[in-house]
Amino acid sequence: MAVSTAGVVRLLSACRTLTTCGPSLPAALRPGRGWRACWALGVGPSCHVPSRSVSSDDKVTVHFINRDGDRLTAEGKVGESLLDVVVNKNLDIDGFGACEGTLACSTCHLIFEDHVFEQLDPATDEEMDMLDLAYGLTETSRLGCQICLTKKMADMTVRVPEAVADARQTYDMGKNA
Amino acid sequence: MGARWWICGVSSGRNLRSLAARLHPAVVLGLGKLLSTASSTPQVCVVGSGPAGFYTAQHLLKHHKQVQVDIYEKLPVPFGLVRFGVAPDHPEVKNVINSFTQTAHSDRCAFYGNITVGKDVTVEELQQAYHAVVLSYGAEDNRMLGISGEHLPGVYSARAFVGWYNGLPENQNLEPDLSSETAVILGQGNVALDVARILLTPPDLLRKTDITAHSLEAIAHSKVKRVWLVGRRGPLQVAFTIKELREMINLPGTKPLLRPGDFEGLRDVIKDVPRPRKRLTELMIKSALEKPYEREAARWVSATREWGLKFLRSPTEILPGVNGKQAVGIRLAVNRLEGSGESAVAVPTGEFENVECGLILSSIGYKSLPIAPSLPFDAKQGIIPNSMGRVHNVPGLYCSGWVKRGPTGVIITTMNDSFDTAQSVLDDLSSGVLDTSICKPGFPSLKEMLQHRGVHSVSFSDWEKINAAETAKGSEVGKPREKILDLQLMLQLARQ
Repeated sequence: MAVSTAGVVRLLSACRTLTTCGPSLPAALRPGRGWRACWALGVGPSCHVPSRSVSSDDKVTVHFINRDGDRLTAEGKVGESLLDVVVNKNLDIDGFGACEGTLACSTCHLIFEDHVFEQLDPATDEEMDMLDLAYGLTETSRLGCQICLTKKMADMTVRVPEAVADARQTYDMGKNA
Repeated sequence: MGARWWICGVSSGRNLRSLAARLHPAVVLGLGKLLSTASSTPQVCVVGSGPAGFYTAQHLLKHHKQVQVDIYEKLPVPFGLVRFGVAPDHPEVKNVINSFTQTAHSDRCAFYGNITVGKDVTVEELQQAYHAVVLSYGAEDNRMLGISGEHLPGVYSARAFVGWYNGLPENQNLEPDLSSETAVILGQGNVALDVARILLTPPDLLRKTDITAHSLEAIAHSKVKRVWLVGRRGPLQVAFTIKELREMINLPGTKPLLRPGDFEGLRDVIKDVPRPRKRLTELMIKSALEKPYEREAARWVSATREWGLKFLRSPTEILPGVNGKQAVGIRLAVNRLEGSGESAVAVPTGEFENVECGLILSSIGYKSLPIAPSLPFDAKQGIIPNSMGRVHNVPGLYCSGWVKRGPTGVIITTMNDSFDTAQSVLDDLSSGVLDTSICKPGFPSLKEMLQHRGVHSVSFSDWEKINAAETAKGSEVGKPREKILDLQLMLQLARQ
């Protein structure tokens, strides 16, 4: 099966139906964003969002430093998890929350500032188990799906760890997983 | 075959066209010239629709606004090991299917199931039709034990056993012999623990999962009460992860058989090992040496099934019964360790141990196979030689997932390495290493040829018909789905 390259190039210049192949994708369907509509609430974290109507007092602004160094700022409700914030506000963080907050992966790994980390509820064994498999684990690492927003977190900055090829090859326990 | 001409989209075409509508004819003429030299829509083909394939596609589509990504799959159904590998009692891991489905719904992504690359279409043909071809076909084989008796009834690869309970068509007739009380699993990775857990989980818990109906029936009638997981090295070299171990320790109706002697003195050794190994070992030490909490103790007393870890043992022979036609035991060489940590080597001591068992499952690793004899393949490591996913010496050819780095790692490992490969493709597109001024037609150029060869592809919306049939059948009995095992039935549903 040979495709005539020369022919195609010739056709290209005369091409009138430019969208015959390779139609463009509407922004709403961009992968890694739209899927979050499938998000099933209430599967993971034990966060409690107050049921009464949310006043501005119940909102907290948080900042994320993305892998590329970009700063993303979003507002979340007290009681929501950080994964909820990323999902609800469509924050563009690659591969974040693959298991949708069910403690079956470590893709929502975030690194906290020391003073915020110290105030967090201790991690469960199950969260620690997943953090063990996270890349770029630090002393102040937690899973975003397990951290519920409180007023004290207002204006905090969390960092998305960089996935570094070297780091991930040094320790690979998940053999045969 | 005669040459055919294909109409190709131009990346910047739409904008230029709308601009042209508002411009003076002389300028339009100039734009037409520009169009003729502009690059065409980059066409990328991904071989395999497991996590590696879908994560590669996801990254490409997200970070390039024109690229068209076609995913080819051997089976009529997508998702590879998410569907056929992940244990049925781990539905949360399968949530990644939601994001893969979203990717497949993209206007710039197409799924072509029921096409075996290497047989129905060659990699060379794909390379003619696409600017880049990414091999993400995984590890379809398993390593062999290489000992006598390996082919006796009663001995199975864990891979086939997993395929059997997960509805992989090729394993539907495995009919494993579950009539003996003791099973031996060779290997101490997560697949070994998955298999042990499925063998020992109370059937009423499995009934609510998407385990295939016929496997559930067989497991419900299983006589297996005791499962040994055998490793050639020691507790510091186990390959399973802590989540899977904790699940096993907490499994209803079972108790762990951990020999205190295997763990004494280990606390001092693990002081300085990395955190994951340390916590994993601590959990084993705690279960083996410490007095259990009341609730755990009560469960262990009432347990009717048990599982244990046997260390420093290498299989040397499957022992046949008197008729020579059935496995009734396994002979294990006793090892000692030379060196320490991950690089410790098992050395035989000359002693042996026989274990009576009628079910032996070998879980010593999956293995990738070459897809075409002409392509580079490192048979020793079982991977395609590559740098950051670029296949050595074959421009335009890439790889991701297990075929790129070997059959290890959890979902995040494959996600990251697939993103890396996709990034290599994107870098090569922007640097011009992949020449998009040459128009590549993508799937349309292969369609007729495939039909001529009697190959009928299954689209993603066809899969959604199969999916609907499976979930409807499952809901009748309170399962998330009842997988269809028969390829012909799948194709029949797809064509409806």
